[in-house]
Amino acid sequence: MTLRTLITVIAMALLAVLPPVFYMTGNPFYLDLATRLTILAIAAVSLNLILGYGGLVSFGHAAYLGLGAYAVGVPAHHWLYGGLESWGLATTSGLVQFPLAIAVCAVFALLTGAICLRTKGVYFIMITMAFAQMIYYAIVSIQEYGGDDGLVIDTRSELPLVNLDNPLELFGLAYVSLVVAMLLVRMIVKSRFGMVLQGAKGNNERVITLGLNTYAYRLTAYVISGAMAGYAGALLGNFTTFISPEMMDWTRSGELMFMIILGGTATTGGPVLGAAAFILLEEILSSLTVYWHLPFGLLLIAVVLFGKGGLMGMLAAIRKPKSQETGE
Amino acid sequence: MDISLFVIQTLNGLQLGLLLFLVASGLTLVFGILDFVNLAHASLYMVGAFICASLTFVLGNFLIAVVVALPITGLIGWAVERFVARPLYSRDHLDHVLATFGLILVMETLAHIIWGPQGIAVPLPAWLDGQVALTETLVLPSYRLVIIAAGLAAAAGLFWLVNYTRLGMLIRAGASNRTMVGALGVNIEMLFALVFAIGAMLAGLAGMLISPITEASIGMGNNVIITAFVVIIVGGIGSMKGAFIAALLIGLIDTLGRAFLDDIFKLFMTSDAAENSAPAISAMLIYIIMALVLALRPQGLFPPKVR
Repeated sequence: MTLRTLITVIAMALLAVLPPVFYMTGNPFYLDLATRLTILAIAAVSLNLILGYGGLVSFGHAAYLGLGAYAVGVPAHHWLYGGLESWGLATTSGLVQFPLAIAVCAVFALLTGAICLRTKGVYFIMITMAFAQMIYYAIVSIQEYGGDDGLVIDTRSELPLVNLDNPLELFGLAYVSLVVAMLLVRMIVKSRFGMVLQGAKGNNERVITLGLNTYAYRLTAYVISGAMAGYAGALLGNFTTFISPEMMDWTRSGELMFMIILGGTATTGGPVLGAAAFILLEEILSSLTVYWHLPFGLLLIAVVLFGKGGLMGMLAAIRKPKSQETGE
Repeated sequence: MDISLFVIQTLNGLQLGLLLFLVASGLTLVFGILDFVNLAHASLYMVGAFICASLTFVLGNFLIAVVVALPITGLIGWAVERFVARPLYSRDHLDHVLATFGLILVMETLAHIIWGPQGIAVPLPAWLDGQVALTETLVLPSYRLVIIAAGLAAAAGLFWLVNYTRLGMLIRAGASNRTMVGALGVNIEMLFALVFAIGAMLAGLAGMLISPITEASIGMGNNVIITAFVVIIVGGIGSMKGAFIAALLIGLIDTLGRAFLDDIFKLFMTSDAAENSAPAISAMLIYIIMALVLALRPQGLFPPKVR
């Protein structure tokens, strides 16, 4: 077991144990915090697949979170107020909502990814953001779903086995999902598919010369990543029961990127560490001062300027001063 | 659709386009020459507006305030270059995006601390605050014409600077091959800082010009920066000509789309469907155009010859 794996396992163990303990000892607020953290961590893990391992800097990942959340909110809205029954989309069944979130996001990722991946560098960054903005404005202008004000649903997805109205069970589902997402990404990365993806990040031309269609590989990864983020969005919609376009603002996409950089790109546990550090910092700083964006922004700049390999890199370097950059 | 409304909306679109050009030109200069993605560019737009607003109250005159605020905004741009941008030139674009994202938070919070959470309305001198009657039915606020004139003047000045001065020659040379320019004995760091400061002043000018209409406020830069990025991507990153044409194009399309798209849609769909879909499509219009341009011409409409 390498040091990085050890750190990841310890972090995941803490995340599994601490929130329920806080909840049982009468601090339900910390369970809420941990649930939000866990859900955002799933989104960060999904973004890490394309950003960290694939080198595809997507600046529009919050759109998938939002779409996933609306895939929960819209059927619930119709279940409450009527409409769309003939489509089978007036329901609170999680067995409809979750697959819908994943499918919508996968299709959106396929359509936009096919265009985005034709570009590279800063053009890619900006076109992914442009598509996210498109979705943002599309949703804002649909008055039926609340427009700017968002959509309040007082109901959560109904799933077999788990009752999402129980905060502990909602956290449990999010936590298990996070573990599955991490293992899934790890499996993808270790596979031949993942090797091609990482090879294309290092030197795209060379991989193409080897006879591999890197565009198809990247598009596949892009769709997988979008679908995973859509699932996280469906969880987020269940967690907040208030779904607003603000979830997919471009600053949210920036925050997801920051979580990965903060935790350490292209590592299994990095996005989780980053999401945890991000949420906790946000919580602590905003309780200290209303001007918390100032230290937060300065920290962000400092991490980019001076941080090497994020939290994961720094923690792993404590034991080995001469870090061997061999990955995990 | 009556013709005077169309003329007014076209002038509004022209005004938006010119303001966009002022922001986008700095962005495209900085990107083309320094290869630096600056999300915080629009924070300079906001800072320019706030400084100008404060100075208007101190000095009692909007125009004098603009003249004084411009070099101050340039200085702030210089400081940003020196302390945040310069260490990042050798890094990849992801680092640029994140660091300048942090910079936005810092500058907006500083503006919050200095000027408070509320926006500041900027009073115009009386002779600018009137209206001009172009024809009997066509009345325009005269200040909007001033914005158009000022935007055109700034654009012309910038074209003169880039194409007909020694500094402009160095800027163009730097955009083509900065290593070579450095090797020929030009102080490349000074040139970069200067380019950054010029970009900051242009963005600041745009913020100052718009502030009497919208007021100076904390979040004012956030939408502008995204639209400005759309402009430089559509125009071709690093191309001044592309930025100018794309800025006018985007400004006109956005304004006219919001004003007339429902009328156009009513030609071929029911009026209910048109009224429901037009707001959504018009808000998405510039992003749709950007996606189309990138899908067909991934380098933008007017890519610079050498990158």
